[in-house]
Amino acid sequence: MTRVEVAVVGAGPAGLCAAVAAAGQGARVLVLDDAHHPGGQLTKQTHKFFGSRRQRAGTRGIELAGVLAGEAREQGVEFWPASTALGYYPADGVLTVDRGGRFLKVRPDALVIATGASERMLAFPGNDLPGVYGAGAVQTLMNVYGVRPGRRVLMVGAGNIGLIVSYQLVQAGVEVAAVVEAAPRIGGYAVHASKLRRLGVPILVSHSVKAAYGSPAVEMASIWQLDERWEGVAGSERRLSCDAIGLAVGLSPLTDLLWQAGCAMRYVAELGGHVPVRDEVGETSVPGVYVAGDAGGVEEASSAMATGRLAGLGASRRLGYAAGYEEAVEETRADLAALRQGPTAGKIRRGLQLLREGAG
Amino acid sequence: MLERTGVPTPEQLALCLPGPERARRGAVAVFECFEKIPCDPCYEACSQGAVLPFTDINDLPQVDHDRCNGCGNCVQHCPGLAIFVVDCTWAPGKALLKLPYELLPLPEAGEALSCYDREGKRVGEGTTVRVVRGRPFLGTPVVWVELELDRCGQVRHVRPREGGAGDGAAG
Ligand SMILES: Cc1cc2nc3c(=O)[nH]c(=O)nc-3n(C[C@H](O)[C@H](O)[C@H](O)COP(=O)(O)OP(=O)(O)OC[C@H]3O[C@@H](n4cnc5c(N)ncnc54)[C@H](O)[C@@H]3O)c2cc1C
Ligand code: SF4
Ligand code: SF4
Repeated sequence: MTRVEVAVVGAGPAGLCAAVAAAGQGARVLVLDDAHHPGGQLTKQTHKFFGSRRQRAGTRGIELAGVLAGEAREQGVEFWPASTALGYYPADGVLTVDRGGRFLKVRPDALVIATGASERMLAFPGNDLPGVYGAGAVQTLMNVYGVRPGRRVLMVGAGNIGLIVSYQLVQAGVEVAAVVEAAPRIGGYAVHASKLRRLGVPILVSHSVKAAYGSPAVEMASIWQLDERWEGVAGSERRLSCDAIGLAVGLSPLTDLLWQAGCAMRYVAELGGHVPVRDEVGETSVPGVYVAGDAGGVEEASSAMATGRLAGLGASRRLGYAAGYEEAVEETRADLAALRQGPTAGKIRRGLQLLREGAG
Repeated sequence: MLERTGVPTPEQLALCLPGPERARRGAVAVFECFEKIPCDPCYEACSQGAVLPFTDINDLPQVDHDRCNGCGNCVQHCPGLAIFVVDCTWAPGKALLKLPYELLPLPEAGEALSCYDREGKRVGEGTTVRVVRGRPFLGTPVVWVELELDRCGQVRHVRPREGGAGDGAAG
């Protein structure tokens, strides 16, 4: 049995910031992640981030991962790579972990769950063919392992992820046949869409993939137009030759540990699915269990860092490390409010409101 | 419209252009940033005070073209690759465009370029004047392109004329 004061599951921006904040307050912190390197989603982000200087805007995600991991090291945070949290048992306060094949028990006084989000799948004939990937997987293959997923790719979804991954495909020398988006407008930032259009990549709104064909792997896709009720328009089908299809149709919070720990959960579509009910620093209905980052609602790295810091402050205060707590929380909440102020964050604001009101 | 096509409308573009009188005085930045997003590195990047302070991080950048000297520092820092420097006084009949460029290989000085518009359509030819690499990895390289004067409002992307698409992952 390993005893620690604060255990953090997930070493993405949320988990790392939670760890840095808690350790900065004086707590003994352990971070574990099932990946071999800290950084979470950041390790595959080669593009520059938005936000302000406080959130390190203009920095590429991959570099940010290194900066945050370095801060955690400086604060004496312990990191376990290749370690998967399997379950948390509030009655005994035990977190079970598979550390590189060994089954271990950890007993933290406070637990931060920062497991991020997982990619959604889309139902269409042929979606089980080799060559159909989640966009995140495409990004991991290219940017972490240097492997091209195909020669000509159809991207499904024009949110920020679909747009950014398409751009990175072009950077890797892969042709992007088109980006199709079911909604009547591009979901991601206009600047990302403009960047892609300049490179000659078509973006088709009110369009989706109808089917994928090929044997033994994807050779062709058919796309079609959608009407106002998001139903396919007969006769609008078009065939595109492609050897890979990237699905960027949204993320859902990865909440298994939160469910298993018995946290009260609520379905809020605006936040990506079921999320835990929590207070202003992320403490769930199970005392001593905190949530941070995309696991609590799909947002951005900048907000994940802020919610992580809040959870780290809350968790360490629980143990009595309370120096400067009020000011630090207030400052972080102000940063978060500023990030969530703009029109592009309207959905998040609505979702958080619904979560607080207990609707849904 | 921009939200359906990813291409700004002529009305939007008209809003971000410097006045003709300012354009006649040489290099000046054009900010093609039309959507309120939480972003302000252009403000931090400009040492000339040409990007006015943001009161809300979601504000659109407000540019004082009279203070802008066309240095292009903001071009390197903008994560949206939305800023271009245009110099209509470069040479008789020729303009200079400073473009953000994130493909490999980077063009080299003197290299012939194909020029593309905002929809990726090929609209002419140009020549690389120089390439400013910026901070290693972090900054976006900026390519200086000499092109026909009447194309400088239209061209927003270039590719080396031979060889086509860039190969290998770019930073
Ligand atoms: C293509 C793309 C582009 C993006 N661009 C931007 C951008 O420009 N600006 C921006 O602000 N945001 C951007 N984001 C969003 C940003 O990456 C995420 O919002 C952010 O990484 C969420 O942080 P997190 O710490 O909550 O989760 P993650 O970064 O997902 O980290 C979660 C970590 O937890 C680990 N984990 C999960 N379950 C377990 C378990 N049981 N045991 C152990 N470890 C576990 C995972 O392996 C992972 O390492 C982008 C995302 C994508 C996919
Ligand atoms: S070109 Fe130079 S002076 Fe002009 S706005 Fe950009 S950084 Fe400022
Ligand atoms: S840095 Fe670029 S994308 Fe961000 S506000 Fe300035 S011009 Fe717009």
